[in-house]
Amino acid sequence: MTSHRLTRQQGEVIDRARTIAFTWNGRNVTAHPGDTIVSALAAAGERVFSRSFKYHRPRGLLTASYHDPGTILQVDDEPNVRAAHRLATPGIAVSSQNTWPSLKLDVKAVNQVVGRFLAPGFYYKTFIQPERLWPVYEKVLARFAHAGRISGNAPHLQSHKRFAHPDVLVAGGGPAGITAALAAARAGARVMLVEEEHQLGGHLRWGGSAELARLAELRAAVAAEPGIEVLFDSAVLGRYDGNWIAVVEREHGHERLVKARAGTLVVAPGLIERPYVFAGNDLPGVMLSTAARRLINLYAVRPGDRAVVLTANADGDAVVADLRRAGVDVARIVDARRGEDVVRAHGRGRLRAVELADGRRIEADLLVTATGWTAPTALVNQAGDRPVYVPRAARFVPGRDLPESVLVAGGLAGDGSLDELCGHADAVGGEAARRALAHRARKLSVLPTRTGPAPEPAQRDASPIAALPLDEHPELFRGRTHGIVDFSEDVSSADIFTAAKEGYDSVELLKRYTTATMGPAQGKLETVNTVEVLAEATGSTIAETGTTTWRPVHVPVTLGALAGRISEPVRRSPMQAAHERLGARPLVAGQWIRPDHYGDPVAEARAVRESVGIIDVTPIGKLDLRGPDVAQLLNLLYVNKWSKLAVGRVRYGVMCAEDGVVFDDGVTGRLGEDHYLMSTTSSGAAAVWEWVENWLQTERPQWKVHVTPLTTAYASINVAGPRSRELVGRLVEDVDLAEDAFGYMNVRTGRLAGVDGCVLWRIGFTGELSYELHVPAGYGLHVWEALLEHGADLGVRPFGVEAQRILRLEKGHFIVGQDTDGLTRAFSAGLDWAVKLDKDDFAGRPELVWQEKSGGGPRLVGLQPVDGSVVPPEASQIVIDERIVGRVTSSRMSPTLRRSVCLAQLDAPLAVPGTEVTVLLPDGRRVPARVTEHHAHVDPEGNRLRGTSDEPVGPVRETGTATLRSPLEAPTRAVGSAAPCEATVTDLSHLTKVHVRAPHGGAVGAALGIAFGRAVRDEHGALVVGSGPGEWLVLAEPTDVGAAERVAAKVDVPDEFVSVVDLTHGRAMLRIAGPRAADVLAKVCAIDLSDDVTPDGAALRTSIAKVVTDLVRTDLARTDLPGERGFVLHCERSSGQYLLDALLDAGEEFGIQFDSRSDDGALPE
Amino acid sequence: MIELPCPWCGPRGVSEFRYVGEGATRPDPATATPQEWRAYLYLHENARGWVRENWYHTAGCRRFFKLERETESNETRAAT
Ligand SMILES: [Zn+2]
Repeated sequence: MTSHRLTRQQGEVIDRARTIAFTWNGRNVTAHPGDTIVSALAAAGERVFSRSFKYHRPRGLLTASYHDPGTILQVDDEPNVRAAHRLATPGIAVSSQNTWPSLKLDVKAVNQVVGRFLAPGFYYKTFIQPERLWPVYEKVLARFAHAGRISGNAPHLQSHKRFAHPDVLVAGGGPAGITAALAAARAGARVMLVEEEHQLGGHLRWGGSAELARLAELRAAVAAEPGIEVLFDSAVLGRYDGNWIAVVEREHGHERLVKARAGTLVVAPGLIERPYVFAGNDLPGVMLSTAARRLINLYAVRPGDRAVVLTANADGDAVVADLRRAGVDVARIVDARRGEDVVRAHGRGRLRAVELADGRRIEADLLVTATGWTAPTALVNQAGDRPVYVPRAARFVPGRDLPESVLVAGGLAGDGSLDELCGHADAVGGEAARRALAHRARKLSVLPTRTGPAPEPAQRDASPIAALPLDEHPELFRGRTHGIVDFSEDVSSADIFTAAKEGYDSVELLKRYTTATMGPAQGKLETVNTVEVLAEATGSTIAETGTTTWRPVHVPVTLGALAGRISEPVRRSPMQAAHERLGARPLVAGQWIRPDHYGDPVAEARAVRESVGIIDVTPIGKLDLRGPDVAQLLNLLYVNKWSKLAVGRVRYGVMCAEDGVVFDDGVTGRLGEDHYLMSTTSSGAAAVWEWVENWLQTERPQWKVHVTPLTTAYASINVAGPRSRELVGRLVEDVDLAEDAFGYMNVRTGRLAGVDGCVLWRIGFTGELSYELHVPAGYGLHVWEALLEHGADLGVRPFGVEAQRILRLEKGHFIVGQDTDGLTRAFSAGLDWAVKLDKDDFAGRPELVWQEKSGGGPRLVGLQPVDGSVVPPEASQIVIDERIVGRVTSSRMSPTLRRSVCLAQLDAPLAVPGTEVTVLLPDGRRVPARVTEHHAHVDPEGNRLRGTSDEPVGPVRETGTATLRSPLEAPTRAVGSAAPCEATVTDLSHLTKVHVRAPHGGAVGAALGIAFGRAVRDEHGALVVGSGPGEWLVLAEPTDVGAAERVAAKVDVPDEFVSVVDLTHGRAMLRIAGPRAADVLAKVCAIDLSDDVTPDGAALRTSIAKVVTDLVRTDLARTDLPGERGFVLHCERSSGQYLLDALLDAGEEFGIQFDSRSDDGALPE
Repeated sequence: MIELPCPWCGPRGVSEFRYVGEGATRPDPATATPQEWRAYLYLHENARGWVRENWYHTAGCRRFFKLERETESNETRAAT
């Protein structure tokens, strides 16, 4: 194969000094760095790269760009690579796809012969009936689909997405885009310039000396402008509401999604050259003028030996000069402006001759066409604009409906000389910056994170932008013969005529019926020709026919890029490490990892009934409620009464939504006069908190109640079983456990295993004597281990969620969401005893009043199959004949009763003890079951949970010094990066954290010296953070022992409702610092962390890696490093390890390192 | 993703918020008829044009607030 490589070209992008080798269908090919795969193959004389989609016709190079439909190839394990765009790299194995068995001998090419059967709508017409053959059709169709091979071993390339906040985003790095970007940056805007190709410059790159000199100037100016970030080999995928712009950044097939929130978008994609429709227009050797010019000027490849040029414009004229310089014999110039035309390309497998309108036939292996341009209006369409067809210019142009935030430059805006286009783009860039900076100033003026007044934007008036003219261009779409319109989908102009005749005369219908514009090129090459041919077929005009809608995404993007890194938050209990050591089988419930069981749930349940067991119930929601109006609030939220709950007492409560449906349940204890601790279900914790806030903020703002979630501030352990009192008695120091001192449904606080501030509840979900211990979370593991150690002789064993489910079902306790559903109102849950309709008002009361009156709805009942060995699966139906009258909501084999027990929802008339019903099992068997007297199958009288034992309590054992543990352990993922360390993470979880609530803008805020949105250091070096409206967090070193008292004294302001809660154990806290700290965060955080939006001292709450996280910017003034940026982050303790792992993952490319404990400057000055 | 103007935090991506509902007023539970109560619970205007809505800033200040939104264009502005 002879080389088609030319001598050095002025603007070539290849590095001739070096060569690289790769393979093409198994053969060796050499290339130079800078070559695309296809330019290297073309230089080696290759002309055919693929077979077409439907007819399997050989296809060559058409556009020599990303959108080239015939050069989509397989590269190693990666299918569908745009090989006229992808750079050649050493060692890759490139092969053609959609060919079988080989490119040269393609069996499916038989479709060319039977082409008449593949008429438009072929798939719809053929593969419809009979339905039973659909699986067969699918297999047939799959053989003919585009697509290469995906290897099961292909690595998962899931990059982090990143968030960006440019003032101006310029889509397109041609001369207009570059000029607009420069103008915007010089006006003070932060600019992101997105270029699809590997170099800036657009068509200047294949121009002559003048263009190349101009290009060099523009590139130098961009390089010298720090306000411009250039993304090469990247594409804007779509523009969404709020100027939310999706960009894909590529690097050798590895893709990363950039989510940009741009002030303004400048759309400068240039124009796409349009193919001409005539017979044989898809033969290899027929190409666009821009393709020939790219090959010659960028890659120094001679595109053929003997050429015919069909030209209708200056670019067509310019290609003649290029071809001649490249040594191509230009046999004939066919000038469409003089009415000359090409009617047919002849050849088998490649072009041999061109037939002209005058009947002459010219031998040639290259036919270059320059018949006009398509304006890619996708991004302006997505901004709401409808393009307008201008016949004089033979193209669609943007209409006049662009929003303020979108501007247009370059060929999309109009025509002109290079100077005129750049002059226009300069004005556009300046105006884009003006609008973006005004937008930015408005945003800054409302941010609480800033100090002082927002910077005044330069009050420049809108600069008038003189519209660009549109040059005349002949309307050339289809010639005198029929040819291919959609090269990706193999749709011909004859197909469109046929479809129009069949009635598909609207362009949107035609598109779906013929699949024209629906292939990989997505209309960029073929939309206007499709519209024109349809207009021709229906006897209308292009303007009347209209165009199809250009939807996102603009170019294909991998699913890996869209998915990004998998970051599903998981929450861990402080005892998780112990569960793993004990061999717990994990269960993910909500976001929590919980022990399902430790090997034998039945034995675990027996241990609880016979001796004692301990279960980690940390996920139970816990809300600290303070204030004089808490009892009123509880009366409003719960269906039962709360006014008379005494200090030290606990009560069970049920919450309903306003539709009367059971929404959550739990116990609430009164710890002090105005101080309560509410527990919620694990899954309901977040919703209940929001529900409480909703009532307090919107319906009862006059009530004085402060709510603080403490779910993970405490490690919660339920100690259950007849010997639980003995076990707890060995660890508790200052709480009298005697039945008459600490009875059922009471709460005490005390010191447990050397840990102060523990809350003990005597409650009994399992139906046994039990104590629920809430331990400051950092000591949770210590207490857990102490319980196991000191209960060994009692036979203590840990039990998991499954054993708890068995035990609670034996006891007949329902679970919201398991035994109730989204329609279960309180009376249907068997809560008649709890609902107090004599209260004036509570959430859901009206519906419950009406439910009580009507008596409607099903009832929750205890149910036992008559044959106790049958355990009906949950959700089994209860039927009378064929009528469904209920369902089994929970079922287990009871280890205590050695028979099956259930809870069921049953129609009210049947919900009578002793009624026999029929349960329909999934296998079709019908088994009888009987409604029981109580929900409780075991101990309905409740003797066990009040059980008193004669065993002596105490004495208190020595448990050693309590070890405080951080929620941040060593990273769970190995951090192995060769990159230099540009970011570090330091664990700050040990800091004292004091949470203050008081009126926003009141005396407490003044005393603390800071308002919402900012952080400041107090006179002792503690960091005082304005963490919310009327909410502060004070962070102090543990060595600052007086910090909590100091804060309490400071906020002791008369006449203001204030509460102070210790959150030291409730938050995982870290600091990320270093020159790239903000770049690490930009991958997982949508907030603009630049100096003006988030200056030093800014405090905000947002979502980081999908976890609600507080962020405080605390820069570190250091002598050895210039102004190191740093951010203190804190989140719920249970999410801390996940957040740390996510940051370490995001920071890998910056060599991020983790310090488990800082020695100095934990709270940087 | 559109931005919502949180009156406390400034503009933030809508994914930080939870939509609470149209700005309906809770009827007096003592006197409301089932029709009134259920209209409050279930019937929504879903109007085209500018509407007032309640939102909750879940991943931010955790304040409930009202805003105005143009339901066709998704433009938003602070409630007046
Ligand atoms: Zn907010």
